[in-house]
Amino acid sequence: MTLEIQKPRPIWQIMFSTHHTDVGLLYLITSLAALFMGGTLALAIRLELFLPGSQFISDSMTFNRMFTVHGTTLIFLFILPFASAVGNYFVPIMVRYKDMAYPKLNAIAYWMIPPAFALIWLGFADFTWNAYAPYSVTRAPGPAADMWIFGLKLLGISSILGAINFIVTILKCKHPDLPLSKIPLLAWSYLTSSLIMLVAMPTFAAALLMLLTDRLGLSGFFNPAMGGDPIAYQHLFWFTFHPEVYVLVIPAIGFMYDIIPRFSRKPIFSHVSGIAAFVLLSIVGFASWAHHMYATGMSFTEKTVFMIGTLSAVPASAMHVFNFLATMWGGRIKFATPMMWAVGGIALFFSAGAGGVVNSAMPLDFMTHDSYWVVGHFHLFVMGTIAFGSFGFLYYIFPYVTGRMYNEKLGKIHFVMSFIGTIMVFFTQHILGLYGMPRRVFDYPPIPEWIAMNQFITIGAMIIGVGMVIFLINIVYSSGKGKEADMGDPWGVGGEKYYYPYQSKTPHH
Amino acid sequence: MSEHSSWPEWIYVGVVVALLIYVGAEAWNIERIIEHIPSDAEIIQVTGQQWFWTFEHEDGTKEIGELHLKKDHAYKFEVVSKDVIHSFNIHDYVVLVDAVPGRVNTVWFSPDESGEFDIQCREYCGLIHYNMRAKLYVEDAS
Repeated sequence: MTLEIQKPRPIWQIMFSTHHTDVGLLYLITSLAALFMGGTLALAIRLELFLPGSQFISDSMTFNRMFTVHGTTLIFLFILPFASAVGNYFVPIMVRYKDMAYPKLNAIAYWMIPPAFALIWLGFADFTWNAYAPYSVTRAPGPAADMWIFGLKLLGISSILGAINFIVTILKCKHPDLPLSKIPLLAWSYLTSSLIMLVAMPTFAAALLMLLTDRLGLSGFFNPAMGGDPIAYQHLFWFTFHPEVYVLVIPAIGFMYDIIPRFSRKPIFSHVSGIAAFVLLSIVGFASWAHHMYATGMSFTEKTVFMIGTLSAVPASAMHVFNFLATMWGGRIKFATPMMWAVGGIALFFSAGAGGVVNSAMPLDFMTHDSYWVVGHFHLFVMGTIAFGSFGFLYYIFPYVTGRMYNEKLGKIHFVMSFIGTIMVFFTQHILGLYGMPRRVFDYPPIPEWIAMNQFITIGAMIIGVGMVIFLINIVYSSGKGKEADMGDPWGVGGEKYYYPYQSKTPHH
Repeated sequence: MSEHSSWPEWIYVGVVVALLIYVGAEAWNIERIIEHIPSDAEIIQVTGQQWFWTFEHEDGTKEIGELHLKKDHAYKFEVVSKDVIHSFNIHDYVVLVDAVPGRVNTVWFSPDESGEFDIQCREYCGLIHYNMRAKLYVEDAS
C-alpha cells in the first residue's frame, strides 16, 4: 500500500492540493510550527519569572506582548488547526466519503491561517488574548493591535468555513448505509464542535469589527468616553470564547474515544452516552459565559444564573470520564505511547474540572479570579487535556500520516516529562494563585513563598521544554528514517483491525 | 450498542448532580450573606488609574498609594476607574472588584486583624500593571 505522502511529489503539489489528506498535512505542519513558537514564548515567560526583578526581558511591554502572542498562538494556531488537521484526515474516512464536502473551501479555510499567523507574529500586540476594551481601544499601541484584530478576523472566517465543511460532510455526505447514530464518536465530536463554532463565532466577529471602528474613532461601542460600555465587549467576547473552550476540548475528547478502546482491546462502554454527553455539552456550553465576569460588578442574580449554567456543564464532562474508565475497566490495556497520553489527559481533565467547580462557586471565585489559580486552571485544560489528547493522537496517526513508526521509547519519555512537568507547573500555579499572585505580571514583590513557587514552576516548564525537544527530534527523524509501520495493526494490539489505513482500504469505502 | 446495563452510569451521574447542587446551594447562600452591606459601613471612594490607586475617605481626606483603616470597622468601597479597566484587590481579605470606567462598583469588608496588607491590581491594564500596588494599614481603633 502506498500512502499519499510516500509518492514523490514536488512540494507545491501538496500546497495547492485540495485533497483532504494534503490539506490535513498542511494544517498539521502549521499547528506544530505554532506549538513550538508559542511554547518558546512560554519558556521565556517562565525564565523571566524565575526571580523577582528583570532577568533578561528588559521592559514590561515586551513581556506583555510575549504572553499575548503566546496565548493567541497556542489557542488559535496550534489547538484549532491541529483539530482541523485530524478532522481533515479522518472525518471523510469515518463517514465513508471520498473527500470533504467542499474541497476548495477546505483549502481556502486553510490558506487563511498563514496570513493570520504572519499578522499576529509581526504585529506582536500587547493587550492579552482577551483584548479587553477600553484598554484595547484607547491605550493599546499602534499597528500591532490592528494587526491582531485582522489576524483574528481571518482566523474566525477560516474557522466558520471549516465548521460548515465538517457539518455538511458529516450530515450530507455520509454513506447512506451508515446511520448518524453509528458514526464513530470522533466524527460526532467534530459535528458538535463545528455546530458550537458556527453559533458562537459570529458574535466575536462582530465584536472585532466594533473594536476596529472604535479604534479608528468612528464609533464608541466600548469606549466610555463616547458613551460606550466596556462590559458589553466582555459579554460579546465570552459569548464566543466560553463555548470556544468546548470547541477546543470536544475534539480532544473525541481523540481519546478512539485511543482508549483500541488500546484497552474492548469496545467503547457506551456509544450512546458519548453522543449524549457531546450534545449536552454543546447546549449547556452556551449558558455559562459570564462566569468569567463575576468581578465586573454583576448583580447577585446574574451571578447566580451563570453559576447554575456553569455547574450544569459538569455532568456532561463527568459522563465522558465515566465512559473512559468503564471502557478501560477489565480491558487488557496496552500502554503504548498514545494510550499513555490519553490516560494522562483524562486524569488531568478530571483535575481541571474539579478546579473549575471551585472557580464557579461565587464566593470562592473572588479568591481565584485573575490570579495564577486561573492560569493553572485553564492550562490544565489546554495543556493537560487538549494538548495531551493531541499528542496522543499525533502518535496514533503517525503511521497513517507517514507510513513509518515513531520511536516508542522516546514517545514515552516525552509523555513522562510532559506529565511530570504539567503537574509541577499547573498544580503549583493553583496554589500560587491562592497566595494572591495576579496573572499577567512582569515582576512581583519578593515574597518568599511566591519566589519558591515561581522557581518550582519554571523548573517544571523546563522539563516540559526538554520533552518537547525530544518530541521534535523523534517526529522529524522518524518521519524520514523510522522503520516501516505495519499498517493493519501498528502497535500489535491484535483483535479487530480498525486502524484507519486498514479501514480506508476496505472495499465498502 | 450497549448490551450491558447502564445503571452504574445513572448512579454516577446522580452523585455528580447531587454534589453540584450542594456546591451551588452553599455558594449561593454564602454569597447572599457576604454581599449584604452593613448600614454603618464607612464609604471609601477608590479610584484606579494607570498605574496607581487613590482613596478618598468620607471626611474628604485623600490618600495615594496607601490606605489607613481602623480595625473591626465596616468599610464600603466605591470603585471607579479614570481610564481602563483595573481590578481592586486586597487578597488577604478576599476583596476583589473591577474598576470599570463609567461604572461604580461596590464591595465591602471589615478588617479583623491589624497590620500591613497588599493592595494590587488584578486586571491587566498596561505597561506598569505589575506594579500597580498600594498598602493597606489596619490600625487598632484606640
